[in-house]
Amino acid sequence: MTYEFLQHYWWLVVSLLGALLVFLMFVQGANSMIFSLGRTEEEQRMVVNSTGRKWELTFTTLVTFGGAFFASFPLFYSTSFGGAYWLWMLILFSFVLQAVSYEFQNKLGNLLGTRTFRWFLVANGILGPLLLGGAVATFFNGSNFIVDKNNIAGGLQPVISRWANSSGGLDALLDVWNLVLGFAVFFLARVLGTLYVRNNVNDENIRNRCGVRLLGAAVPFLILFVAFVLHVLLKDGYAYDAATGEISIVPGKYLDNMLTMWYVFAVFVAGVALVLYAIAKSVLDKTYIKGIWPAGIGVVLTVLALLLCAGWNGTAYYPSNADLQSSLTIANSSSSEFTLSVMAVVSLLVPFVLAYIAYVWRAMDRKKIDKAELGTDEMY
Amino acid sequence: MYNLLMSVDPFAIDWSRAQFALTAIYHWLFVPLTLGLAVVMGIMETCYYRTKNVFWKDVAKFWQRLFGINFAMGVATGIILEFEFGTNWSNYSWFVGDIFGAPLAIEGIVAFFLESTFVAVMFFGWKKVSPGFHLASTWLTGVGATLSAWWILVANAWMQYPVGCEFNPDTVRNEMTSFADVALSPFAIDKFFHTVISSWIVGAVFVVAVSSWYLIKKRDQRLARESMKIGAVFGLVASLLAAFTGDLSAVKVAKVQPMKLAAMEALYDGGNGVSLTAFAAVNPFRQPDYAAGGEPPLRIGIPYGLSILATHDPQGFVPGVNDILNGYVRPDGTRELSAEEKMEKGRIAINTLARYRERKAANADSSELAGLNDTLQANMPYFGYGYIKDKAELVPYIPLCFYAFRVMVGLGAYFILLFAVIIFLLYKRDIQKYGYLLWLGVLSLPLAYIASEAGWIVAEMGRQPWAIQDLLPTCAAVSDISAGSVAVTFFIFLALFTTLLAVEVNILCKQIKKGPEYTAN
Repeated sequence: MTYEFLQHYWWLVVSLLGALLVFLMFVQGANSMIFSLGRTEEEQRMVVNSTGRKWELTFTTLVTFGGAFFASFPLFYSTSFGGAYWLWMLILFSFVLQAVSYEFQNKLGNLLGTRTFRWFLVANGILGPLLLGGAVATFFNGSNFIVDKNNIAGGLQPVISRWANSSGGLDALLDVWNLVLGFAVFFLARVLGTLYVRNNVNDENIRNRCGVRLLGAAVPFLILFVAFVLHVLLKDGYAYDAATGEISIVPGKYLDNMLTMWYVFAVFVAGVALVLYAIAKSVLDKTYIKGIWPAGIGVVLTVLALLLCAGWNGTAYYPSNADLQSSLTIANSSSSEFTLSVMAVVSLLVPFVLAYIAYVWRAMDRKKIDKAELGTDEMY
Repeated sequence: MYNLLMSVDPFAIDWSRAQFALTAIYHWLFVPLTLGLAVVMGIMETCYYRTKNVFWKDVAKFWQRLFGINFAMGVATGIILEFEFGTNWSNYSWFVGDIFGAPLAIEGIVAFFLESTFVAVMFFGWKKVSPGFHLASTWLTGVGATLSAWWILVANAWMQYPVGCEFNPDTVRNEMTSFADVALSPFAIDKFFHTVISSWIVGAVFVVAVSSWYLIKKRDQRLARESMKIGAVFGLVASLLAAFTGDLSAVKVAKVQPMKLAAMEALYDGGNGVSLTAFAAVNPFRQPDYAAGGEPPLRIGIPYGLSILATHDPQGFVPGVNDILNGYVRPDGTRELSAEEKMEKGRIAINTLARYRERKAANADSSELAGLNDTLQANMPYFGYGYIKDKAELVPYIPLCFYAFRVMVGLGAYFILLFAVIIFLLYKRDIQKYGYLLWLGVLSLPLAYIASEAGWIVAEMGRQPWAIQDLLPTCAAVSDISAGSVAVTFFIFLALFTTLLAVEVNILCKQIKKGPEYTAN
């Protein structure tokens, strides 16, 4: 395995984790609709318990995504997290609130009241996908940072990576295209949320409301998603020269990536088709409750293809608008060959992890959540 | 070189340190109970699985419910720590990310998924999976939490004792050369066993405290007695093992972080056959004048104690703060450099790195670059000292280390006694007649947390000023962020975690008051 292969392999692994994270944000999507999918206390509890049995997978995938990025592309970790301080802090605050809200919301003595904790879940349901989507959009639209490794031994500051302004990364939200993807991911999470709850909760009222909400989320999602994809395919991209490491702006770079890497494009098309199929069938057939599976697989494939398009084929995956040559590529930001090799061996465990998650998911979801289960002591 | 550090906002460093300390201390309020209760409830559910007695199922479910309330807070506070390495310590993340990132990623892949997948089965799966599968899930939740501790302690141990790496001037970072050296570092192994086993004590004290309260109130007595038996035996074994692993840790610290040991002992001037401080009136509010030599006022020493603790030899040499700052000759005849000599070597390393980068950019010939690299590598072990402006920066805050160490060790000894007495009374007497002891059991709960936190204060404050021992001080590890931003997030975390802690404690109290739910026969 060459160093270059390992860098590409690890971008694939990180992209796959990112794609799984977007799929698993069905938890956030459903949580953003707790009060509209569930009108009564019983219904709201069913929704909360439905996502409450999966939220840890989303949370763990986020943590593992961060850890894998740290291990494989530490310069991104150092540059993005250190620079876009406030953007990441807002994301983290919302996930902290989410993590305790399930356990605390229905417990005696929770001091803040059930509704407060459910509103925390709603807040995370909105902010999580919106801000993570906005952060991912910067892979295509760029951010304002400067990287100078010489600083560690000289220069004006000993800090290698700096943000070029004092916004702490919130300037990303001033770029309309970052917002477009942010809202696209937000509505996608709601699409997935309705499909998941429809599958997981055996309640006529909730399932009917999922159908209504699905349409309300799918339309804006599709408009925003198509707009963003067209924008990306038509815009200038950031390329790097593998021999010199020099970064340049190339017109139509992402479109070229999709055409050059036809297999990535095929994955993208398959993913989009599966998502469209799931939405269409779920809208047209009220009794169809398995839409989460084609939609989930479709989302994983689509996001995977977009992230591969951002990082493979000589593309700078984290472009700098402040200093083009500071842009991060999988070549200049990765860990050493040795570390990537070691981690590649570790990554062989991922299929086993996915296998036991699938097994447990199946075992736990065999019986759907219903009102009768609310009376037992095995509920939040 | 000296001037460049002037542009780093010292308040940003202090606030970042304060924020990391705050979030880590809060996180560590929840993790030890998770690790300890995981074993206790595993034992209880195993009793149910083997006896099929529904009483044990009720007992296991009761402790699992308390586990779940605490577990959520551990998860919530844990995510912050991982991301803070990037947000607040970005230079650190690049400088050693090649080594440090790997354990964090492995923790996620190997441990977190195990924990998060099977914890859902443990809470919600009693009627959905077979008893065997459920028991396995309960144990796997604990195994996941413990594996998570392994990898995070590997990462922490590496910061205290960086091994298995080499500096690469082309990438300006340390790069891993041996995964086995990092993952199986002797420092990491000792740290893991001492930390996890001492966490078991917290779990055991929690079980004893709750059970004691039930016995005082004369309710749920069977559950309380059986739980207390398991908790006290488990706690005694853990306390004795913690003392043993603590001794091993002290020997390692003496070898690789002698300044930390000197600060823990307020040992200003070292020597052979050094006594262990049993008592000394170290002023807790200011750094002592160690440079003047001598010893703290009113010091009472246990003869040869420190030499035995640090070297397992009554006549072993233990360096004091001044020895370390001024240089000394080790027992094997080799010389430990003085702080000034190390700082000079550090400056040579940093300046040579700058020169190497400059010449490389100018396409200098390979022999010149090789020569510069040789000079750099020869001085690299002292790289971090190049950022130190005054040798006084190399001395951690002695009073905090001194008292935290004593609190940890003193309480550790107290728990051995407490568990031994409880076991004796449980098996040989009627413990309910000893009300004062039951109250002692209840009141010992905060002491377990204090001991656990004190251990971390010794470990982390004792290694200041280093983010990575000898390689990178905190002042060169910090991100380029304003002190104001970090101060704001510090207070947000303080308010958020304090509120959530209050909620958690209140829910736990209500849940304990409510008590277990027994299955009708």
